[in-house]
Amino acid sequence: MMRKGILLLSFVALLVAVPTVANGQCKQFAKKTCKVGLNPYQHDGNYHAALLIQGEEAELYKTFYSETDYRIGVCGAPNLNEIEFKIIDSNGKVLYNNKYEDYEWKWDFRLESSQQLKIVVKVPVPEGQVEEPEEGCVAIMFGFKDD
Amino acid sequence: MNKHLLDSGKVLILLTLILALSIAGCNSGAKKDQAANSSEEEFVSTVDEDMQENFQTAKRIFYSLPSPIETAKILQNAGATYDEGLLNPLENNTGYITNLKMALNLGIYTTDLSYASLFDQTQVTLNYIEVAKNMADGLNILDAINETTIQRLEDNINNREIIIDIISETLLNSSSYLKERGLESTATIILVGGWVEGLYIATQLVEGESIKDNKIVERIVEQKLSVDFMITLLEEAKDDPDAQKILEDVKSLKSIFDKIEIKLGANTVVTDPETNVTTLKSSSSHNLTQKVFDELVVKVNELRTSYIS
Repeated sequence: MMRKGILLLSFVALLVAVPTVANGQCKQFAKKTCKVGLNPYQHDGNYHAALLIQGEEAELYKTFYSETDYRIGVCGAPNLNEIEFKIIDSNGKVLYNNKYEDYEWKWDFRLESSQQLKIVVKVPVPEGQVEEPEEGCVAIMFGFKDD
Repeated sequence: MNKHLLDSGKVLILLTLILALSIAGCNSGAKKDQAANSSEEEFVSTVDEDMQENFQTAKRIFYSLPSPIETAKILQNAGATYDEGLLNPLENNTGYITNLKMALNLGIYTTDLSYASLFDQTQVTLNYIEVAKNMADGLNILDAINETTIQRLEDNINNREIIIDIISETLLNSSSYLKERGLESTATIILVGGWVEGLYIATQLVEGESIKDNKIVERIVEQKLSVDFMITLLEEAKDDPDAQKILEDVKSLKSIFDKIEIKLGANTVVTDPETNVTTLKSSSSHNLTQKVFDELVVKVNELRTSYIS
């Protein structure tokens, strides 16, 4: 009886612990995969990563400054397939959409005028998928060039 | 034998239980804070309908604030010079005993560290990573900056690329550690501290100079574009008194930035086929006056003094 209780408690405790472990894995994924890919751009040190489910999307707002060369990197865990992202300015103009660039994971750019931009990230559901949607880590990272 | 196996099984189950609860325990306080704060720092359940386009329904929304290293880089790109006298003195670090002061000064010292490293000030860089470590340790941000970090910095002190990589790694470690534990408001306060330090260095570097055609002044004006993001993030931490105090400070800065109007022209997208680098071509203008600039200098100085004292 007591053993059953301990087993039940262990199961509940593991359920509670799993999200933390998943977050830790997300951090490792961001560091080991996405950050490394920013090279030769230097990562700015900010951490933006979350577990997303296929079909889910996220938006990130950031101010970018003129006279700086930037790289935006959007990386998804391998089980999520391609990650779609687009960059939109404050007038709603789409400046870049990786869907038309073979789902390229990064975009290099510079600005003549500092401005706020929005990065819209979407984890597409593969066509014809019938299984439960997959969940995986998606990281958005920024690098700048140090000349 | 069977009894022995049964005991081993119990020990295994208990170990699993302890391990699982330990891992979860690291997060439970965070979860409570998160609930109290009603949302995470960067996960805000609002949707910007104007820019929604073809994408559907509920989205996670993040705001990215300028990091200390980015702030220092923007300053350098604008032609800033190095002035060691503008840094927060090292000896101040022992006086920061509250979480608020340690968070603000982790940001401040990291901006100082970044500024010094971009100008190849090797000894200063080493000194400032030590005090940044003290702040991170005080906040219990485990292993954000450890002895290995410092050793790696010492071993590569003449390699700026690696130094910047180390600083960015420490920022990422701090930020991810705090966010994973639901302490997003502390991560925001660190960034606000670093941002105010960048504004302080910038305003001091140009004080007494003409504000016309001055690139550093341009970058100062453009900080208006990040103020609303800071306010949004701090407002989410309703039950964190430290965040609410800093919110008032940022609002006081916003009231001055609001006197400046920035006009931005339409973007034209031009991509270089050889380098694959895109340039967003556009023009911008603002109506900064000397009076408003002076107000900004005074307010930034006042806030920075209160943060480092």
